[in-house]
Amino acid sequence: MTTGQDPELLRRLLRAKDRMDAASHEDWPVRRLARVSGVSEAHFARSFRDAFGVPPHRYLLTRRIERAAALLRDTELPVLEIALQTGWRSLGTFGRTFRDITGESPSEHREHQRALPSALDVVPHCFVAAAHRPHLTIAVSEKRRQEAGGTNGSESDSEEP
Amino acid sequence: MGQGIDVVGIYVRDQDEALAFYVEKVGFRVHTDVRNGPFRWLTVQHPDQPSFQLGLFRPGPPVHDEATARALNEVVAKGAMPSLVLVVDDCWAEAARLEAAGVELTQQPVERFGNVDAGFRDPSGNGWKMMQSRR
Repeated sequence: MTTGQDPELLRRLLRAKDRMDAASHEDWPVRRLARVSGVSEAHFARSFRDAFGVPPHRYLLTRRIERAAALLRDTELPVLEIALQTGWRSLGTFGRTFRDITGESPSEHREHQRALPSALDVVPHCFVAAAHRPHLTIAVSEKRRQEAGGTNGSESDSEEP
Repeated sequence: MGQGIDVVGIYVRDQDEALAFYVEKVGFRVHTDVRNGPFRWLTVQHPDQPSFQLGLFRPGPPVHDEATARALNEVVAKGAMPSLVLVVDDCWAEAARLEAAGVELTQQPVERFGNVDAGFRDPSGNGWKMMQSRR
């Protein structure tokens, strides 16, 4: 349970995580995150991963997908608009990443979520969003490989959105 | 009020720091601040809610051993404790007031379905949602 990290450091890493939460559609290169935390660039990614269990760029990805899923569910915005609003530069990358993570295309997801009765109206929004956060324990590229049936994925290993 | 929940506590890394934050910045009042050796019972309350106290407790001896205290401080610093929810009449005004007082908002006010909410954290890492409900 304890990572042996200094609580003062953890608090500063949390500040970087909060910043990504507040603006997940923005670009968050390690340099920018490291500056928010007051940690050296060389140590940031490792420290963040030790603290929160996922590398910072994967955390950002889950937040973007979470936000996109909420917009699909709660608004009438076109999928392209949602992709752009949540930080993707191309509809193709968004659709592919969304499917890789949730198992559905954005429009299928919208349809399925709308068909479900909502019992969560009484729960504050942030808690509902967190409950729907994708549980991404492995890299998206790894997930793709696994789902491709163990064949060597020829795609880039980069999961930068 | 006869029966009900009286005190709910959160863990803070430094009680002086937490006291300054909740009283001088957030606007709560001290309800009780008593010491017994290294132990300090410190509670604050919202000025409009005299029946409820928020305890600001520091993990450590004599209640916790060092390793447990450290683990609790880590959990709070990682933001892993559940968010607290503060209900306000005007979220935009409160958010502006907090920022002017030097509180860093983790989320600027956002309007959703007629409700407005914003977020901030205390210095230890405890998260707050500030909510203005549709009337």
